[in-house]
Amino acid sequence: MDIAFASETLMSLLAALPLTLELAVTAIAFGSVLALALALARLSGILVLDWLARSYVFVFRGTPLLVQIFLIYYGLSQFAAVRHSIFWPVLREPYWCAVLALMLNTAAYASEIIRGGLLAVPHGQVEAARACGMPRFMIFRRIVMPLAIRQALPGYGNEMISMVKATSLASIITLMEITGVAARIISETYRVIEVFVVAGAIYLAINFLLTRLIAFVEHRLSPHQRQPMPIRGALKGETH
Amino acid sequence: MNSPGFFDIISFGPDGWGHALTAGAWMTILIALAGFAIGSVIGTFGAWAKISGGPTPRVIAEAYTTILRGIPDLLVIYLFYFGGSAVVTAIGQFFGAEGFVSFPGFVAGALAVGVTSGAQQTEVFRGAFRAVHPGELEAATACGMGRMLKFRRITAPLTLRHALPGLGNVWQVVLKESALVSVTGVVELLRQAQIGAGSTSLPFDFYFIAAMIYLAISTVSGAFLNASERWFSRGVRRG
Repeated sequence: MDIAFASETLMSLLAALPLTLELAVTAIAFGSVLALALALARLSGILVLDWLARSYVFVFRGTPLLVQIFLIYYGLSQFAAVRHSIFWPVLREPYWCAVLALMLNTAAYASEIIRGGLLAVPHGQVEAARACGMPRFMIFRRIVMPLAIRQALPGYGNEMISMVKATSLASIITLMEITGVAARIISETYRVIEVFVVAGAIYLAINFLLTRLIAFVEHRLSPHQRQPMPIRGALKGETH
Repeated sequence: MNSPGFFDIISFGPDGWGHALTAGAWMTILIALAGFAIGSVIGTFGAWAKISGGPTPRVIAEAYTTILRGIPDLLVIYLFYFGGSAVVTAIGQFFGAEGFVSFPGFVAGALAVGVTSGAQQTEVFRGAFRAVHPGELEAATACGMGRMLKFRRITAPLTLRHALPGLGNVWQVVLKESALVSVTGVVELLRQAQIGAGSTSLPFDFYFIAAMIYLAISTVSGAFLNASERWFSRGVRRG
C-alpha cells in the first residue's frame, strides 16, 4: 500500500467529511420531528391518522432509499406545476433533494422505534403523574417523553448509524460527499484498495464515535438503573 | 410529441414497458437471491467462528462484522465492481489482452450484497444458536450422534427455526440493497426504470412504478416468510 497516495486520498476524503455529516445531521434532525408526529399519529387512536401513518411507514420501509431519492430528484421535475412552484429553487438542488429523501426515509423507521419507546412507558408512572395533578401536556413533556427517549435510544442509535451510511447514496445524485469523492478517485486512479480502506476507515470512525456518544447519553439518562455507589463510611463500619 | 400515458407504460404491448420492467424485476430478485445465498454461507461460517472457533477465527469474524456493519453498502459495491475489474484486467494483460476489462456487474453486485448481508446473518445465526436449549444438544450427544449427524438433524433445524424472523429482516434489507447494484450497469428493476425514464422523459411514472414493484415483492415475500415462520414453529407452545 502506497502511504503517500493513501495520505493524499485521506486529505481529499476528509475535505468531503463536512458534507456527509451535514447531510446526516440535517436528515436525522428533521426526520426525528416527523417521526415523533408519525408515532403520535399511530398512538392517537384516531382511525384516519393511524392508517395514514401506517401506510406512510409501509411505503417508505418497503421501497429502496435510492428509488425514493430518484423519485424526488428526477421524478418531481416531470411536473410543470412543481417546476413553477415556490418550492422549485429548493427541489432543484440535489442537496435538498437528498436531505428530503433521507429525512422522509428515516422518519418511517424512527417512528416505529419511538412508538416502541412510548408504548414501553410504564402505566403506573403516568398514573402517578396524573395523581399529582399534572395536566396532559406536562405529563407528556416531563414523564412520558424522557422515559420514552431512554427506552428508544439504543434502537434510535442503530437508525442514526444507518443514516450515516445512507448519506453515501447522495453521491449518485452528484453530491460530492465521502463516497462520491472516493468513487471519483477510484475511477481516476484505479487504485481501489487504498481508497476503499481510507474511506471505510472514515465511516468506521464516525460510527464508532456515534456509538460512544449514544452510549454516553444512555448512561446519563438511566441513573435509576445503575448500582448505587457504596458509601465509604458504611463500609468502614462493616470491617470488624 | 405525444408522450405515453401511465397505462401505456405498464402495458405489455409493442410500445409498453411491461416486458422490460418484468425482466428487470426478475433480475432484482435474482441478485437478491444470489446475494442472500452467499450471505447465508458466510453467516454460517461467521456464526461458527464466533461461537466455537478458536481465538483467531473469532477475531476475524468480529472484525468482519464490525467493519461490514459500519461502512456504506455502496462503498462495498464499488470495491467489488472496480476491484474485480482491476483483477480481471490484470489477468487479461497477463494473457496478452489489451485495455480495460470490466468485471460482470451481476457477480460484483451479488458478491457485495452477499458480503454485507453475511455480516448481518452472522449475528442472526449466532443469536438463534444461543436460543437453542442446551438440553436438546446434550440429548443428541447422549443418543450417541456423531458431530455431523447432530449438526444436520438437531442443531441446524433448531437454529433455523429461531433464525427465521431475523432472516426475514435480512431478506428485506437485501432486496432493497439490490437497487444499489444498478450503479454497476446491471439492468435490474431500478436501472430499467432509469432507462425508461431517460427515453420517455417521464421519470416520475417510471420510478413510481419501480417503487410499487419493490413494494409488491417485499410484501409478497414478507407474507411468505410469515407463513413459513408459522409452519416451522408449529411444534412450539405459545402463551
